Amino acid sequence: MSEFGFTPNEMMTIAASRALRNDDVCFVGIGAPSAACNVARLTHAPDITLIYESGTIGTAPDVLPLSIGDGELCETAVTTVAVPEMFRYWLQGGRISIGFLGAAQLDKFGNINTTVIGDYLHPKTRLPGGGGAPEIATSSKEIYITMAQTKRGMVETIDFFTSFGHGEGGDHRKRLGIDTAGPTLLITDLAIWKPDPVTKEFTVVSLHPGVTRQQVQESCGWVVKFAEALDETPAPSELELNTLRDLQARTKAAHEGTGKAKAA
Amino acid sequence: MVKFLPLKQAVAENLNDGDSVAFEGFTHLIPTAAAHEAIRQGFRDLTLIRMTPDLIYDQMIGMGMAKKIIFSYVGNPGVGLLRRARDAIENGFPRSIEVEEHSHAGMANAYEAGAAGLPCAVFRGYRGAGLATVNPNIKSVTCPFTGEVLAAVPSIRPDVTFIHAQKADKKGNVLVEGIIGIQKEAVLAAKRAVVTVEEVVDNFDDLHPNLTVLPRWTIAAISVVPGGSHPSYAHGYYARDNAAYLEWDEIAADRGKFQAWMQANVIEKNADDFAARVDHLRKAA
Repeated sequence: MSEFGFTPNEMMTIAASRALRNDDVCFVGIGAPSAACNVARLTHAPDITLIYESGTIGTAPDVLPLSIGDGELCETAVTTVAVPEMFRYWLQGGRISIGFLGAAQLDKFGNINTTVIGDYLHPKTRLPGGGGAPEIATSSKEIYITMAQTKRGMVETIDFFTSFGHGEGGDHRKRLGIDTAGPTLLITDLAIWKPDPVTKEFTVVSLHPGVTRQQVQESCGWVVKFAEALDETPAPSELELNTLRDLQARTKAAHEGTGKAKAA
Repeated sequence: MVKFLPLKQAVAENLNDGDSVAFEGFTHLIPTAAAHEAIRQGFRDLTLIRMTPDLIYDQMIGMGMAKKIIFSYVGNPGVGLLRRARDAIENGFPRSIEVEEHSHAGMANAYEAGAAGLPCAVFRGYRGAGLATVNPNIKSVTCPFTGEVLAAVPSIRPDVTFIHAQKADKKGNVLVEGIIGIQKEAVLAAKRAVVTVEEVVDNFDDLHPNLTVLPRWTIAAISVVPGGSHPSYAHGYYARDNAAYLEWDEIAADRGKFQAWMQANVIEKNADDFAARVDHLRKAA
């Protein structure tokens, strides 16, 4: 907990939640994106449509799911469809306004690696891989990315292109025939970033309260560009903080509960 | 025509060394009991197919049963990495395995094409994605009407598919409910399908008309195994054992610990042991 009464991770989740609108149709990645999307739903965007790749459309979980297929997602969904239908009709069909992704490795153009560290055929670390991300990244109208900053995570060159952001920058998406906007927003635990309109390089547009430019640079593996007019991200409101903390407390109790019952 | 069989016999009659096999379940209705029976019977050189290979593929790979995996997400959902699969891919332990990696969209389309009797699936995918450069089974075709370049992958046609489902009626028709994932496509794509169910009911007369029901003649064998999906879940019967997924991360991290766990919880157990494992999860479902 900082002197401000909230942690950098709480600020990240809440800043990410604010980017979502009530009429968004959001394809939700697990982890940080899932928390942000549900805080949005529980605060300013009650009618947001949250979709998890397990086929649950319009879900409203009371606790955050551990996996993308927890039963709670189906029980609270408007409808649950088969996985081929999810990817064909709903994602490929162009019905998703925001794809919300996390990343193990990210570069300055919003390209994401969650596949391997090291060489693909002889990896140093085999990560889980892309799952739905390769097509979420190209079929959603826009992509939001959220991750905590580290030098290992935010790198000059990613080891593998799990999902395509802006490639080498500029009009690279267009050249590959991709007609969606790609990454338009990056929310970290320190700052809010947007791509430069021409180069598409992520540029810091807002620092979270109390964060310095130096802190952002020290935890990022590339030379950081800052916007000329830097904003300060508004601190979390009491409602936002309480909503997030309640959600996380419910989630913790629910996930630990099964373990305790098992031991009994 | 479908036969009701004890799980041991259903697995023995339908799975062979060297088969390509899908134990499907998209985080829900994972056929754990069937996978454990396959482990006890010690099959070798399997090509394991699954969108989300999780604990059961970690277990089969760790026991040296797989020569190849075809997948789109090799993780412990919500927890992290699969440590036995990692050991095989990174270190060739206990044996090296061949890897064919796709995206979810690629696998889902490939299963659907398999169910539809097509040789390949065509979809808008893999644009700018590294997988297209490392997996020779990801190719492209040009739409003859618009000129758009689309991704193509071979259809998935497993020798045998195993799924878990909620219930069968006495004739052997099977109902799948909740997150239905890829269960129907995986069954229809396969040469043979084996289904474990929570229970058998007299008939399905009271069901809504558009539910996911697999007619009995699409299935080779049904085995009744209550709790057979644990630590996954069966919608309407018992909840997901999230704690078990968290625990697995620690068990699988160590080769010796893994072997000891497999001996005590799989090799020395049988299908009847699953019911007790979900007792504490039933009221939560």
